[in-house]
Parts: sequence; C-alpha cells; structure tokens
Amino acid sequence: MSAIFLLVVGLGAMALGYFVYSKFIAQKIYQLDPDFKTPAHEFEDGVDYVPTNRFVLWGHHFTSVAGAAPIVGPAIAVIWGWAPAFLWVVFGTIFFAGIHDFGAIWASVRNKAKSVGALTGDVVGTRARSIFMIVIFLVLLMVNAVFAVVIAGLMMNFPSAVVPVWGAIIVALIIGQMIYRRILGLALVSVIGVIALYVLIGIGPSVPLQMPAEVAGMSGNAVWIILLFGYAAIASLLPVWMLLQPRDYINGLQLFIGLLILYGALVLLNPTLVAPAFNSDVPAGTPSLIPLLFVTIACGAISGFHGLVSSGTTSKQLNKETDARFVGYFGAVGEGMLALAAILAATAGFATLGDWQAMYTAFGQGGVNAFVEGGAFIIHNGLGLPEVTAATLLTVMAALFAGTTMDTGLRLQRYIFQEWGEIYNQPWMKKPSIATGLAVGTCLLLAFGAGGADGSGGLIIWPLFGTTNQLLAGLTLLVITVMLVRMKRPVWYTLAPLCFLLVMTIMALLIQLRTFWNQGNMFLLVLDIVVLVAAIMVAMECAAALKRSRAEAALQND
Amino acid sequence: MHDDPTPGSSSRRNKLRAWLEQARFFTEEMYSARYRGAIARARRDEDDLFMLLVFAEMMGLQNPASYYTLELQPLLLERFHEWHQRMGMEHSPLDHFRCC
Repeated sequence: MSAIFLLVVGLGAMALGYFVYSKFIAQKIYQLDPDFKTPAHEFEDGVDYVPTNRFVLWGHHFTSVAGAAPIVGPAIAVIWGWAPAFLWVVFGTIFFAGIHDFGAIWASVRNKAKSVGALTGDVVGTRARSIFMIVIFLVLLMVNAVFAVVIAGLMMNFPSAVVPVWGAIIVALIIGQMIYRRILGLALVSVIGVIALYVLIGIGPSVPLQMPAEVAGMSGNAVWIILLFGYAAIASLLPVWMLLQPRDYINGLQLFIGLLILYGALVLLNPTLVAPAFNSDVPAGTPSLIPLLFVTIACGAISGFHGLVSSGTTSKQLNKETDARFVGYFGAVGEGMLALAAILAATAGFATLGDWQAMYTAFGQGGVNAFVEGGAFIIHNGLGLPEVTAATLLTVMAALFAGTTMDTGLRLQRYIFQEWGEIYNQPWMKKPSIATGLAVGTCLLLAFGAGGADGSGGLIIWPLFGTTNQLLAGLTLLVITVMLVRMKRPVWYTLAPLCFLLVMTIMALLIQLRTFWNQGNMFLLVLDIVVLVAAIMVAMECAAALKRSRAEAALQND
Repeated sequence: MHDDPTPGSSSRRNKLRAWLEQARFFTEEMYSARYRGAIARARRDEDDLFMLLVFAEMMGLQNPASYYTLELQPLLLERFHEWHQRMGMEHSPLDHFRCC
C-alpha cells in the first residue's frame, strides 16, 4: 500500500468531514447564530475576554491541544496493524473529536464562557462536578508521569537530541527577555529563534550526551525523570512571559515546520507501508484490539483534554459564534493530521517488515521511538537530510511538546491543590511552592510506582491515561447532550459517541484490571479501580441526567 | 532623485506594505493572545501592591516614603475605587476619602 494513497484518503475524508458534516452540525444541531453576542463582546475587558481573529484563535487552540499525545498514542496502536489505527483516527476526528471540541466551545459560549467543569455543575449537577474534578486530577497526574517517562526514554535512546532539547529552553529564555525588554521586534526574534533551534538540531549529533547507565545507584532513565520534574516544577513557578510564552511560540512555529517537512518528505518519497493492515501476528501479551484501541489513541481521535482548552480560554475570545466551527472542528482536524503523520511514520518508515517487527516486540514498545526512527527514515530518503539529524529533529519536536504539556499540567495540578487548600481551610497548601511539591511528589510516585525503580516501564499506564481522558470527553459530551435535550434538538450526534466511549472505556478498564491482577501489580490495580469507579459513576450520572432533562422537556410540552 | 514611480510599482509597494503589516499583526497576536490574560493579571497584582504602598499611611500603616507617595495619590485616584473593591472592601476604607 502506498503511503500517499493512504494520506490522500485520510485527508480527503477529514476535509469532507469539515465541509459537509460540520456544516450540517453547525446549521441543524448547534444552530450557530452570527448575530449572537459572544462573551468576548459581552464581557470584553482586554484581559480574559478579548474578541480575537479566528485564524489567530485557531492557531492558539491548535497549538494548545496538539502535543506529544497524538504522536505517542497512534505510534503505540499500530501494533494491531495500520488499518485499525488509521480508521479510528479518521472516523474519530470526523464524528467524535470534531463534534466534541466544536460542541465544547459552543456550550461554553452559550453559557457566559464558563469552563466545562463549571458547566457540569450547572447543567448536570453538583455530584457530577465533583467527579469531574477527580477525573481532571487523575488525567493531569497520568499525563505528567507518562510524558516524563516518554522524554526520559527519548533522551536515553537519542543522545544527539539532549543538547538541542535543553538548548531550546535557553533559546526561549533569551527570546522572552528580548521581547519583554523590547530589544528586538517579534518578526526578527522569530527568525532568530527558529534559526537558533535548527542550528542546535544541526550540531546535536556531533555532541551527543549519553547519561551513564547508573548514577548514584539510580538508572540513567530514573535520573532523567527526576531532572525533568525538577525542570517542570521550576518552569511552572516562573512568570509565564519568561519561559512559557516564548517557548510555546517557538514550539508552534516548529510544529508547522516539522509537519511540513514530514508531509513533504512523505510525498516526495512515497514509501510503502511495510506494516500489515491487520497484524495477525501480534506479540504475546498484546491485549485485544477492541476495546484497547479506543483508549490507546485518545488525542488524535477524541480527547477530553481539548474540552478544557475549548471552554477555558478559546470560548472567551471567540469573535462570532459561527467561528466556533472553524476553530473547534478544524482544530480537531489539525490534530488528526498530526496523528495521521505519526501512523504513516511508524508504519511506512521501515525498510522491511522484519525491521518493523523488531521495533514492535511487545505492547507499549515502539511508540514514540518508532515515530522518530520511521520519520527519520522517510525524511532522510525523501529530502536527503542525514538520518541522525532527521531523528534529532523529530526527537526535539516530540520532547518539546511533551515538556510543554508537563509544565502546563504541573501548573494546573498546583492550582487544584491550592483550591483544595482553600476549600478545606489548609493555608499551608495554598503556598505555590508547597502545592507544586505535592504535585511533583504524586507524579513521581506514579512514574516510579508503575514503572519500577528505573521508571522505564511507566508506559504501562498509557491506556489508563487514555481511559481517564475519554471519561473527561464523555462528561463534556454529556453536558452538550443535556443542553440539546433541553433545546429539543436531535441528540444522536453527541449521544452515540458518548455511549460508544463509555462502553469502550469501561470494557478497557475491566480488561486491564485482570491484567494488573495477573501481574500482581497492586499499585496499578488500585488506580484502575479508582478510574473504574469514576467511570461507572459518570455512566450513572449520564443516565440520570438524560432521564431528568427528558422529563423536564416533556413537562414543558404539556 | 528617484525614478518616477509608475502607478503600478507604487501600488505594488503598498500591497507589500499591507502584507507586511498583516504578517506583523498575525505574529504579534500569535505571541501574545494566549497569555494576555495571565500577564495582565500579574501586572494588576503588582499595581495592587503599589496602591497599598501609596495609601498605606492613610490606613494606619507606617510608611517612611509617604512624603513622596503623597504626590502620587491624586494620580491614582481614578483606580482607587476598583482597587478597594478588588481587595474585598465594599466601600472606601478611608474616612476622609470617599469614592462611593
């Protein structure tokens, strides 16, 4: 199978989804009104509520939601062959993610730009809001632990990327100062920043930094994990203009350049997919495709994390209600394109089937390493860039994304701890340094608790992260569905994805429960039970809320 | 000194200028829009502390710099009402200084 053929089919289907399906949803289901006064106009304050150009808003929305997850998930899931991952990413983007992200913006805009958490409390009930808080905390916990493990793995496997990844942080710090102190204009700074980053990527392979296998009784991997959390903790405490803002900007530019390079090389090379469409010869211990595929690929097909971005910041800046379709739905399409690139790199970027099978020796293996090696193979053969430089480029792309998500995640987790300090009247917990310490502590516990003393097995929790993320998406879809019931509009377009997600999530949790029990991994068993209880509570909330709102709607009819 | 610009070249130059202007607008928005709120809030926090320094003496807090900050009070008067409300005081905390 030619990679270009698959690329054209995937992009074509997503384009159809945007031009036809999302138009139908916008007109008939959400019924967007160009004259509706959006919160950005109603509460305009120049701080949070600012009407923003839709292309700019799309750029922010897309770079906030796109991270390492749409790369890691699909690159793990191709172990079942390329077809299941491809189909789930394409159909998930069209019928799940697009509707979810678009709907989250719409629901929030129609409710004074409240966050999904607050909306859950208003629309569904206070009990659902409490579950929502717990699920958010679990998602953040897992995303931080998992991404630390992913970056540590990258640093161990690709020592040529160590200098560029950490150098990029210094570049961002310098850029931040240049702009803050108005030393240079932004256009010039962007050019300098991108050139500096690519120079670092260029010299990376000649100055590889390999962490020794053992440092002070700890494995190299474990040392990286601890260093990364140290970095994330400091980064999350710094003022945003110092590091977060310039780094996100450079990351955004790098994302577009990286995608362009990868897609360009794919088109020039037109590699063949060496991996089978359906892998009948999966390594021993690989769980069943249904339901695990639907939680292994969360971001890229549907992710609850997007609802937080949609309702927290995007909805406050929406200029016209009709822009929600472009920003939300097309944002999901952008993420789908990233996932598609990851699938193609991880299945077409190998010379032979044997090479591919050597990468995917067990479930959870391959992953981001397969993306980097496969992508480097394609860029090397398509554009003629040295393979090690191409690998460094893709490693930097993945590591910087994961790093951004980590320190944003830690910051959000700190806010949750501080809020708990407020609710339970514990003044010490409200201190930023202590709250950050608690956040880092819980994440480290998870990274090492799940992955053993060297932390290398931490990717075991990847599907568990997916299930929690899907639960969050389920809660957002529930809010949208209840709103639609109250407005007496068709609900199947949101209810069907919601039911599908809940069934797959609960099935996946039960299967993993047995796996963890058989492995005797008590730590993950307990975590699985916690998520399972949350999932069952979400399902029951869904049933109760829908029944209640149907009764209310019927009462209004009488 | 310049060759006489034909209407075509000047309109091209205008187009280019408009395009550059547009590019500048997009890059600046890309840089700042996402963090506008966070930065404005951080700045407001700093301003709030400054207000406290300026009006400290009036609330019974000793401030060795009050001789200098006194001059600033009329300048900050406009912000006074918003500030005391943000600090959780519904009405002006000062007896001789009423704004609401």
